[in-house]
Amino acid sequence: MNALRRNVLKSAGMASVVAMAATAGLLKSGSAFAAWNATAFDAKSVPDALKGMGAATPVESKNISIKAPDIAENGAVVPVEVTSSIAGTTGIAIFAEKNATPLIASFTMSNGAEGYVSTRIKMGQTAMVRAVVTAGGKTYTAAKEVKVTIGGCGG
Amino acid sequence: MAEPMKMRATVSGDVADVKVLMNHPMETGLRKDAKTGQLIPAHFINEVTATLNGKPVLAAQWGGGISKNPYLGFKVKGAKAGDKVVVSWKDNKGESNTAEATIS
Repeated sequence: MNALRRNVLKSAGMASVVAMAATAGLLKSGSAFAAWNATAFDAKSVPDALKGMGAATPVESKNISIKAPDIAENGAVVPVEVTSSIAGTTGIAIFAEKNATPLIASFTMSNGAEGYVSTRIKMGQTAMVRAVVTAGGKTYTAAKEVKVTIGGCGG
Repeated sequence: MAEPMKMRATVSGDVADVKVLMNHPMETGLRKDAKTGQLIPAHFINEVTATLNGKPVLAAQWGGGISKNPYLGFKVKGAKAGDKVVVSWKDNKGESNTAEATIS
């Protein structure tokens, strides 16, 4: 029973890699928006994802506040709000550190948009929710732990 | 196919507060169908853009880690009542949707 479960998980993981590769290929053709950053979104760890975004070593900052529940009962819907009071914030990226693919979203602000985003994310398990803020060519980061009782990735 | 989005934009001072609810399954591609054991193919919104009076204010790239029926809130400085906010999304299958709201 348990061994079967492991096998299923393994094959699920491999199939997803193929699926993602296919998706990435699809996206490259005929996208009117800026190209979707497949390297960063498919990365399996936070450092790799950061590298994919071109922001390797962010500095810890107290000027980023992450509003998220301490305990999320349902990992499928975790409300997260990121506010950056760093002047000239142009980008906010959200990571759930222990998700299979940690990068959840990256936002780019322009023309007066403030350093604030609010959304709902999925979390596979208890982990740090990390925000990476880009301001004036530099990157800053902050994190908050969210305990998850029921994971929201996979079924 | 794509169901309408719910959108609300309010202004306090000169900062517009925009809230958007989209209808989307947001499948990561990692989840299995409970009955067949087959993987459900990835189907998620990966690009979202917002404009204020035609000027781009927010561009987002999303992965499958955003919850089903995504919620997005953002703030724009220098807006006033009557301004027009347009939010569009596009998913990995090439489907898209657009909604607009007037700031009140």
